Amino acid sequence: MTAAQNVIALEQAVQWHLVCETNDLVTNSGVCALVDSQQVALFCLKIKGETQVFAISNYDPIGKANVLYRGLLGSIGGAPVVASPLYKEHYFLETGLCKEHDDVFVTAYPVKVEGEKVFVGI
Amino acid sequence: MTSLDSKTQIVVVGNGMVGHHFVEQLHQSDANVEITVLCGESRLAYDRVYLSSFFSGASADDLALTTPAQYAEWGVNVVTNALVTDIDRDNNKVTTSEGQVFSYDKLVLATGSYPFVPPIPGNDQEHCLVYRTIDDLLAIEASAAVSKVGVVVGGGLLGLEAANALKQAGLDTHVVEFAPQLMAVQLDQAGGNVLKDKIEALGVTVHTQKATQTIEAGDTCRYKMVFADGTALETDMILFSAGIRPSDQLGRKSALTLGERGGIIIDNHCVTSDPNIYAVGECALWDNKIFGLVAPGYTMARTAVSHITGGDAEFAGADMSTKLKLMGVEVGSIGDAHERTEGALSYTYLNQPEGVYKKLVVDSEQKLVLGAVLVGDTSDYDTLLQYALNSIELPEHPESLILPSSDAAPALGADALPDTASICSCLNVTKGDIVSAIEGGCCSVGDVKGETKASTGCGGCAALLKNVVDSELEKRGVEVSKAICEHFNHTRQELFHIVKVNGIRTFDELLEQHGEGLGCEICKPAVGSILASVYNDYILKASHLPLQDTNDIYLGNMQKDGTYSVVPRVPGGEITPEKLILLGEVAKEYNLYTKITGGQRIDLFGARVEQLPDIWEKLVAGGFETGHAYAKALRTVKSCVGSTWCRYGVQDSVGTAIDLENRYKGLRAPHKIKFAVSGCTRECAEAQSKDIGVIATEQGWNLYVCGNGGMKPRHADLFATDLDTETLIKYIDRVLMFYVKTADRLQRTSVWMDNLEGGLAYLQDVVVNDVLGINEELEAQMDAVVDAYQCEWKTTIKDPESRKRFRQFVNSSASDTNIQFVSERGQVRPATEAEKVAGKDQFIPVSMV
Ligand code: SRM
Ligand SMILES: Cc1cc2nc3c(=O)[nH]c(=O)nc-3n(C[C@H](O)[C@H](O)[C@H](O)COP(=O)(O)OP(=O)(O)OC[C@H]3O[C@@H](n4cnc5c(N)ncnc54)[C@H](O)[C@@H]3O)c2cc1C
Ligand code: SF4
Ligand code: FES
Repeated sequence: MTAAQNVIALEQAVQWHLVCETNDLVTNSGVCALVDSQQVALFCLKIKGETQVFAISNYDPIGKANVLYRGLLGSIGGAPVVASPLYKEHYFLETGLCKEHDDVFVTAYPVKVEGEKVFVGI
Repeated sequence: MTSLDSKTQIVVVGNGMVGHHFVEQLHQSDANVEITVLCGESRLAYDRVYLSSFFSGASADDLALTTPAQYAEWGVNVVTNALVTDIDRDNNKVTTSEGQVFSYDKLVLATGSYPFVPPIPGNDQEHCLVYRTIDDLLAIEASAAVSKVGVVVGGGLLGLEAANALKQAGLDTHVVEFAPQLMAVQLDQAGGNVLKDKIEALGVTVHTQKATQTIEAGDTCRYKMVFADGTALETDMILFSAGIRPSDQLGRKSALTLGERGGIIIDNHCVTSDPNIYAVGECALWDNKIFGLVAPGYTMARTAVSHITGGDAEFAGADMSTKLKLMGVEVGSIGDAHERTEGALSYTYLNQPEGVYKKLVVDSEQKLVLGAVLVGDTSDYDTLLQYALNSIELPEHPESLILPSSDAAPALGADALPDTASICSCLNVTKGDIVSAIEGGCCSVGDVKGETKASTGCGGCAALLKNVVDSELEKRGVEVSKAICEHFNHTRQELFHIVKVNGIRTFDELLEQHGEGLGCEICKPAVGSILASVYNDYILKASHLPLQDTNDIYLGNMQKDGTYSVVPRVPGGEITPEKLILLGEVAKEYNLYTKITGGQRIDLFGARVEQLPDIWEKLVAGGFETGHAYAKALRTVKSCVGSTWCRYGVQDSVGTAIDLENRYKGLRAPHKIKFAVSGCTRECAEAQSKDIGVIATEQGWNLYVCGNGGMKPRHADLFATDLDTETLIKYIDRVLMFYVKTADRLQRTSVWMDNLEGGLAYLQDVVVNDVLGINEELEAQMDAVVDAYQCEWKTTIKDPESRKRFRQFVNSSASDTNIQFVSERGQVRPATEAEKVAGKDQFIPVSMV
């Protein structure tokens, strides 16, 4: 399993937290981890046979509830997204940007996977 | 005079629909101008045409046409609450009621009009209102809340819209009209009569030929209106909608030339009698006419912009044809509806039982359409309007244009229209404009809308626009896409077929062979539902789980705060006291809000995701099953008490409802399915508003199909009569399976039926006469689904791996602290954002289970 590519460069700047093991993740779906009282949504995607893990804040800024990890995953023009389960806005997993509203976004966190261990950088 | 280096100062008085359009057009012209907008209301321009949608839930923001931020971005200065009181024409200055002074090089008056209130003694009391602005609506809403009866004075277009608003607010509504008919401007007497019948059938009382003389204190209501003929009408509130008058006070005060009956006179360039002052919209009088519609106002705005920027556009009058829906009644009026042209001849069609009236007015040689009146059915409007506007020569039998579809009716396809044909009159877009947009690369209705702005005004041209775009695209060999989303180039029906024929069992398989990308929230649940309809596997099998909407994954409906509802199945609405007690006990233990639903069962709200398995464990142990309230599947089979107890019942409706609910529970479908069974013709279970309705007869059962009670109610169609129970079930099996196979994604049976070619007769042919020879297959498929049924909750709670899915956090047993409840009427409800900010002490502690 490899982590999302954009992560490596960031490695210096962030503090890594061990959040769970790979078998806690659900392929093509989401789970949620509590990191320093922050709710982080973790998504595990199988893209062309390769598995990638993404992390974004779990708080839906439009629905105002902690639900993003329960959204459906998919892609828009090839880029992976999650659709909020409340009102179906799409958030890009790589950047946290909202597709429907220019001024709305959620924090996207770097993820790395070492062996069975999954780390999130905050 | 403007000096060379300074910008021309443009001051616009009034920020209504037309004033705003002027600003937008002038901004887009890139002219070297500085624009100042003086807005008499407290808000910037909003869509008055859709004002009534405020009563069906639209907010002021939804109606807004612009925002302060957008004006700022355009560099437009805007002042709200700035009512202009004086124009100093000698010094080119205007003054507002607040005393602010603004200088102009060019002044544009876009002050619109105001509602005319007839001078009746007593017309100035608290609950005597008008209907023009958002503030008026707020006042109406407040008054309606403390009224039972409401009267609209004036039976024109706006009056009927206002009546609809009062009706929706739940008032006993009356319309009082001075003339002998409704909508006297647009319709002839016969059309007005048909409209009156239809509107009265909707529960609004219409009083024509009534002249109100005084408004006095009432005996049973707040007021009493006394009419000239000595009769009277009691009411709690009165809405005046007796016509509009141009807001021309500023013109009058500053001695601009006005029309005899008001209105600021303009020439073909929209210039008033002062060369530095323009007037546009409903305050302007052109050729002795006021135009009370938005499209001509927009044309005036564009004309004025053209003149200011050195162009040569001229205003040449406007077509006043209208098509609208008043309280669900379609009404259309084109051109010379009253046959005023010399030598005009007419054809009429009247279908009293169905409430349809159509009149076609033609010239003396029967070559051209001069006008038309349509009530109850406006499907011919687009065609007739195109004939009228483009002087298209009439076919040999002009009456065929308004007669119900006889084979002879020559349809005027999008192809037959000339390039000059006006498609969108609000934004002045012709067929030629659309063709060039398509040649310039637009390949969808959306693209064309963006490029030409067509259909962004009143929206009346949407269907015609789509026809033109589709036909032009098809001409160019572009296949008009019916694809479900960007990941599959197929319709739902095609995907169903592919899955079935190729024996595909997972989404990944289907995506790999027939799609691209990763899928999305549209195709995944659709395919999930197809797979479930075909195989009925456990819905949370690892390969299916990522396809399900959150509601299906967590087997509950997500509420606004991220908690879930718990809805156990109560077949037929019959429940034992033991089960009722258990529901109460579980609700108490987990502190859940409890409510009887509209579907004869009980909903427990506010369960946190991690509580769901424990709650369901207790419910399942007590004999409950999932109610599929979250699923596109069978929901409820409502029943009435039937022959067992009721003195009128002729069959056991409860028993049959329970049997039907148990047979079809778990059936996945394109959308949810609801049934009801009534024990006699009194129909206490409201079966005729359901997807499948069953009504007992002395001989057996009458079967109704494709009804709907939700967003767009549809009366179910009587499908077959006096069936025995076995045939009843056979027919339902076939109807449902045929629906599951052929309907579009998220298409209820009602919409499916409306789109089914051949309609009810065809469905009867398929199901009763087996014309497609598929009945055996349909029944076998249903049997397979019925046999494969399992309660998803029962399966889930037994499997530790599945239960893991219900943890809030993978790495902690904490709860989501953002979920907070307060108490209301003795139960919990989600705390509002404001309450959350205000402090935690008032919260109900969440039980930690
Ligand atoms: C709970 C209930 C209201 C109540 O307090 O009574 C309800 C609640 C919801 N309804 Fe309903 N409807 C409820 C009876 C109805 C009825 C009445 C009936 O079933 O007899 C109707 C009209 C009948 C019909 O469907 O034809 C109804 C027409 C709708 C519609 C419009 C459907 C349509 O095609 O027009 C929606 C929206 C949709 O499904 O897309 C909807 C959607 C919803 C949703 C799912 C909205 C949402 O996404 O949150 C609500 C979630 C409920 C929950 O969390 O459990 N609900 N809803 C009723 C549950 C009945 C049950 O026991 O399962
Ligand atoms: C309920 C309703 C439904 C309608 N439905 C339709 C429809 O279906 N189709 C259609 O074509 N048309 C419809 N109309 C008509 C359409 O809304 C008008 O034609 C259009 O709004 C006219 O625009 P306007 O800018 O000329 O006037 P308005 O929109 O009335 O704007 C004038 C503005 O000027 C302001 N003002 C006035 N005097 C001053 C002053 N001295 N200083 C500063 N500001 C001032 C007013 O406060 C107002 O905000 C409807 C109207 C109503 C009320
Ligand atoms: S009508 Fe139905 S969907 Fe709308 S708020 Fe009520 S329960 Fe929810
Ligand atoms: S005709 Fe009004 S939007 Fe096109």
